[in-house]
Amino acid sequence: MGKTLAEKIFDAHVADRPFGDTWVLRLDRVFCHEITTPIAINDLVSKKLDRVFDKTKLKVVIDHVSPAKDSKTAQQGKILRDWARRHGIKDFFDIGRNGVCHAIFPEKGFVRPGYTIIMGDSHTCTHGAFGAFAAGVGTTDLEVGILKGVCAFRKPETLRINLNGKLSKGVYAKDVILAIIAKIGVAGATDKVMELRGPVIEGADGVPALSMEGRMTICNMAVEAGATSGVCMPDRVTVDYLWPFIGPAGEKAYATKEAALADYAKWRSDDDAVYAGVVDIDCSGLEPSATVDYKPDQVKTIRSLKGTRVDQVYIGSCTNGRMEDLRAAAAVLKGRKIADTVRGIVSPATTEIYTQALKEGLIQIFLDAGFCVTNATCGACLGMSNGVLAEGEVCASTTNRNFYGRMGKGGMVHLMSPVSAAATAIAGSITNPEDL
Amino acid sequence: MKNFGGRVLFLDRSDINTDEIIPAKYLTENSKEALKAFILEDLKLPGFSPADTAGKGAIITRANFGCGSSREHAPWVLEVNGINIVIGESFARIFRQNMYNCGMIAAELPAPTLEELFRDFKGQETTLTADIEKATLTFAGGGKTKSVPFVLKDFEKALVEAGGWVEYAAAHY
Repeated sequence: MGKTLAEKIFDAHVADRPFGDTWVLRLDRVFCHEITTPIAINDLVSKKLDRVFDKTKLKVVIDHVSPAKDSKTAQQGKILRDWARRHGIKDFFDIGRNGVCHAIFPEKGFVRPGYTIIMGDSHTCTHGAFGAFAAGVGTTDLEVGILKGVCAFRKPETLRINLNGKLSKGVYAKDVILAIIAKIGVAGATDKVMELRGPVIEGADGVPALSMEGRMTICNMAVEAGATSGVCMPDRVTVDYLWPFIGPAGEKAYATKEAALADYAKWRSDDDAVYAGVVDIDCSGLEPSATVDYKPDQVKTIRSLKGTRVDQVYIGSCTNGRMEDLRAAAAVLKGRKIADTVRGIVSPATTEIYTQALKEGLIQIFLDAGFCVTNATCGACLGMSNGVLAEGEVCASTTNRNFYGRMGKGGMVHLMSPVSAAATAIAGSITNPEDL
Repeated sequence: MKNFGGRVLFLDRSDINTDEIIPAKYLTENSKEALKAFILEDLKLPGFSPADTAGKGAIITRANFGCGSSREHAPWVLEVNGINIVIGESFARIFRQNMYNCGMIAAELPAPTLEELFRDFKGQETTLTADIEKATLTFAGGGKTKSVPFVLKDFEKALVEAGGWVEYAAAHY
């Protein structure tokens, strides 16, 4: 009987099985940011356990509130900064060279197929796009991860999602993941690994494989259906993305891309693997979509929401603040201005993305259209730094959560793709790009 | 081992998320105690007021409690308000693990059992007593008493007995 990718990763990383259904895994990466890690550090210090299991496997960034907005967030940054220095953690990304965790860590080449990764951030599932088992955890799991390099999981079952057909023009990865969540519900993949398969992801006759950026967008929101991790099978797209890090110029060189592909083949689910369930979605019929209400599984077509008022448009976050997203949004905005009644905010997900967008002239397009361009930060996504909504205000957002109060008390968030958000900014109300 | 239970807070809704339990704007705090005043501040549930949490020791709710963020501030804000057990049909994985990692209990009961409990006790002053050894939850209120079994998995029980995951891991790894 074959095994799923998740089962293979579990088998290869098991450190202990204290009870039948509990697997304690060795960790390849522990990612940290300034919101959930400082409390873990404080607790370790108070318990006289201020040690790290492997300073090369810890990767650290300040991203949620960047730059600090007040004394409390300044203190969070200081605790993290001092700790990284104290333990000689080389990969620490501070203001001016930072970015949103789930964008900057792949960008720096820290993720590999077959890795086990934890972070005190629920959207850590993003990194499964590379064929890793990557899970969001709380501060206590993070603390033990930092100290011992292990984390406990129930062995997750795998839910296979076959994304069939071909995406229509104007339909993006964001629309695909919204369709998945709408179909299975916000608890539809709880305790499961969501394995993304099918022509839309892997490519097929005449259908190009989805980019790593698109795969990250989809895996990012796997947790919005309750999934422990979202995973894609490593393939040529994965190898191409990682090549600067795994090729001759990288640290652990593969001589050729074919050699990398052949090696990564061990991190693919077997054809006869057993799944907890299989969901088929015909993506050919998908339209640009957006969430309504306060749960990510409440999804309607942009067309049916036409004319819905918005006060703010936010383009950014670990879901959709990458180069591909900025290019797509800028293509809509070029030569146009956003509505007078709308505040547009764009936050490139990393400093490197910001720089590239500057080189390509995208930043100027955003500015000319009337957007405010911020530095690389999680920003408005979770209402704890900038871009907060007032009571009763509405935001069209490329982020991943539309919970009540998420972007500010009494605010409403409609999640959508960067292209739909850009079109909405121009029209001043929810609008399909084709209707501009 | 510490006692689990106390006066029961009924939250009759599914999918209560971590942003409703403790909004992100309070994640700038670096101590559990500082979170205390903000419990369930943004909970969208008709008739509910955060003041209803006063003096409560347990929560009974529906499905998928704690979905959303990984923030352990969600169990912490319950803990510093004296609530150390949440009972529901199901929990988001990270929230459930966070509860046991803190030495607290997230107990899952079948939907029909929950339905009976809501029918018999909601709206009444109700007290829960949890017997960890016998894995039994006993509800008493309005002249009625009802005991129901619950499943505490071996690992979860070990975490509760150890006082949490840091203590368990320090002893084992």
